[in-house]
Amino acid sequence: MRIRQRPSSAALRQSTTKRFRWQLGDKAATDKAFSGAAKVVKQSFRNHRLIPNAIEPRSALASANPGTGEVTLWVTSQNPHVHRLIMAAFVLGLPEHKLRVISPDVGGGFGSKIFIYPEECVVTWASRALSRPVKWTAERRESFLADAHGRDHYSDAEMALSADGRILGLRVKTVANMGAYLSLFAPCIPTYLYGTLLAGAYQTPTIHVEVTAVFTHTTPVDAYRGAGRPEATYLLERMVDLSAAELGMDPLEIRRKNFIPKEKFPYQTPVALLYDSGNYAGALDKALESFDYPAFRKEQEQARKRGRYLGVGFSTYVEACGLAPSQVVGSLGAQAGLYESATVRVHPTGKVSVFTGSHSHGQGHETTFAQVASDELQLPIEDIEIVHGDTGQVPFGMGSYGSRSAAVGATALYMGTQKIKEKAKKIAAHLLEANEADVVYEGGKFSVKGSPARFKTFGDIALMAYLAHNMPKNLEPGLEAISFFDPGNFVFPFGTHVCVVEVVRDTGEVKVLRYLAVDDLGRVINPMIVDGMVHGGVAQGVSQALWEHAEYDENGQLITGSFMNYAMPHADDLPSIEVGRTETPTPVNPLGVKGAGETGTIASTAAVANAVMDAISPLGVRHIDMPLTPGRIWEALRGH
Amino acid sequence: MYSAPFEYHAPATLSEALALLGQYGDEAKVLAGSQSLVPLMKLRLAQPAHLVDLRKVDGLTGVREAQGALLIGALTTHAALASSELIRAKLPMAAEAAGQIGDAQVRNLGTIGGSLAHADPSADWPAVLVALDASVVVAGPRGERTMKVEELIVGPLSTALEPGELLTQVRVPLPPARTAGAYEKLPNPASRFAIVGVAAEVSLDSRNAVQWARVAITGLAPKVTRAAKVEQALQGKAADASTVKAASARAAEGLELRPDLTGSAAYKTQLAAVYTERAVLRAVSRARER
Repeated sequence: MRIRQRPSSAALRQSTTKRFRWQLGDKAATDKAFSGAAKVVKQSFRNHRLIPNAIEPRSALASANPGTGEVTLWVTSQNPHVHRLIMAAFVLGLPEHKLRVISPDVGGGFGSKIFIYPEECVVTWASRALSRPVKWTAERRESFLADAHGRDHYSDAEMALSADGRILGLRVKTVANMGAYLSLFAPCIPTYLYGTLLAGAYQTPTIHVEVTAVFTHTTPVDAYRGAGRPEATYLLERMVDLSAAELGMDPLEIRRKNFIPKEKFPYQTPVALLYDSGNYAGALDKALESFDYPAFRKEQEQARKRGRYLGVGFSTYVEACGLAPSQVVGSLGAQAGLYESATVRVHPTGKVSVFTGSHSHGQGHETTFAQVASDELQLPIEDIEIVHGDTGQVPFGMGSYGSRSAAVGATALYMGTQKIKEKAKKIAAHLLEANEADVVYEGGKFSVKGSPARFKTFGDIALMAYLAHNMPKNLEPGLEAISFFDPGNFVFPFGTHVCVVEVVRDTGEVKVLRYLAVDDLGRVINPMIVDGMVHGGVAQGVSQALWEHAEYDENGQLITGSFMNYAMPHADDLPSIEVGRTETPTPVNPLGVKGAGETGTIASTAAVANAVMDAISPLGVRHIDMPLTPGRIWEALRGH
Repeated sequence: MYSAPFEYHAPATLSEALALLGQYGDEAKVLAGSQSLVPLMKLRLAQPAHLVDLRKVDGLTGVREAQGALLIGALTTHAALASSELIRAKLPMAAEAAGQIGDAQVRNLGTIGGSLAHADPSADWPAVLVALDASVVVAGPRGERTMKVEELIVGPLSTALEPGELLTQVRVPLPPARTAGAYEKLPNPASRFAIVGVAAEVSLDSRNAVQWARVAITGLAPKVTRAAKVEQALQGKAADASTVKAASARAAEGLELRPDLTGSAAYKTQLAAVYTERAVLRAVSRARER
């Protein structure tokens, strides 16, 4: 077997298979910043290709009813309404109202189940043609080969700095491998979700990024957990460490010197984004409460004398999520809005069904969304049912990706509950013969301010809304509300991740000794669920840094097409992940929530890579491309 | 993928099992713990028409001591061996190797005999059992025979077993005093098979010099290989760190190393040396205490 020679990014940019070139930022200003800089640090990076590997392979079952002309499609989708819209209107030419898409509890997606795939369309078509149910389920090998892959960038980065370590500019040229075809959202990933995040946590005054997208004989690449933002964070956090090393500065000193201070929010970056809220130094301080940095440096020095190479890596990341203001994505060319809907249906007995357009494929919306409804409606959580993943039940929805469920979907739900409370209050005021303004709702009871003994329960109001025997004039019966929330901005989680590793000099083996994640996700609805998301995200990001790698041979054969040779992280590969948080609410939504689904993946890859490079820094190697396998590290250290 | 169709047989005795193998010849495959054969069947790389499952055959599991050896039933699972008091006390290398095979599920189902008969070039047992100078008992249509594990494994996925023969028992001679082994493995992060695995059994004399050493390496070559140069370099020498290091540097001599996703030939040479050194040093330190 021969391993494919890696082409240079310059060679790829000349490739005849290029599909588009995209740029962002002020090129002239950036070039000027470089010409006046005391120091310019350069590095090429390979952000290698990954395979999502959701635990449940993709599956689709279509059942056509010739009597009604309807087709029901059960499919592993992260966004059933989008599936229905695209499949009906653009692929099969079906009336949208005759296609029902159901994607109930899906076994993970990590982005790979956002997109429309041919198999789902084929079974739907075949079921109509045959008037029989038709089912298809991917095998694991097919998942490896055909699920949209992630990452796959070649980048050349340059950072301009002042002599005292202030970042003056960043120039990035990236070649993004799109695979053989454009997957549904593919062009957005290495552009709007990548170039826009290159400011990170720093006050870099000017940035220019140029992205060349190329076609190759490989599986299409699209959104995979983090989608563009891990690539940006990896590049930027590595560049910050490399710059610190070249200037003889401590990696934390250069970060603190360049952090956007908390007083400067909202903060306009030079790459289009307006950061909502943040306290980057605060998250770093919090991390250092649990990680004794000076003590570690002493331990590291002692260990080196004994031939042991310990290293620490930091990743002080920012993420953009909660996708997205519809107007913004529309102006960028997206043929979709990115709001979310929620219907709150109060039944006559006072029990509540919530129909959300967000989709839960492992995120636990059944719990967190019920918590929001329960808190707002002041009802026991058992009285709330969260329904998702069915176009036959949920009016409309954009689904889950880009860490948007809490920030957008739960906010829509929150707004729906406010409408319910407003209407219920009108009915209560009527029944209590009081002025609406004097009615308060506390502990699930409506009463007149100052006389809590006379009250109507939420259930009383719900029943009256449906009996309608005694309603306020001009108020419709029923108690149901639909809300659409279209956020005014993205939300921007941030934090500090710290990774401690040991590299074995003789073999290049890496042991992750410690992993600490301090994240600021705005307000947290359910700490346990968020901890789990952070754990999983960190595992995926560590795994990219050290193990996972989709590799093709020179004939275009995927040679890592099974779990025998594509390394997924095992529990015993990882230390117990320590999780901490700071809380800076976002003003973008009334809940103050940001997003938690992708921070772990976005932050951790850079933290691990920085730690490995820190460990071997006395050996004269400044950078090794990922994955940092023992063989690759050993080769890089050969002769040093 | 589903396997190709096959007929399943579950004989209750060894003679029934042998009769089935005799009857179906090349069309039959033997099923032990199912951890190697079944994945191959699901990929349709193996499509036996008849599957002869040995798990209901009496007397093929367990460990006992007899005739100066430990007798291990071929269907004893890796997990049972990793936790066997007898193995842990007498053959600590075997216990530690068994505990590193695959993952918990594989160890709970996979068997020592199945692993040997499958002869994966990166499996752990071949190295350990060659270092321990173990033999296997083979039952066949013409009765029983025994052979050394070193003779059993002839190439990748290839053994000296004849058609119609069954591997029934592994016999490991009990090590003499001041003799012990250690197994050191760098697992492939995906498969957990050995990128390199080195089993070293070392016997010391009363002055702590090496009387003999048996060093076997898995993962690097098409089949388990004795590191003869290392063994020779250790023999008669004081087992100090510098001697072991110098001897271990010769671990990959004579091996045809091929580069793959895990590293270059040069890297594999280095791994052989480092893992041999680690295994020998630990074996020496164990031998001193026995």
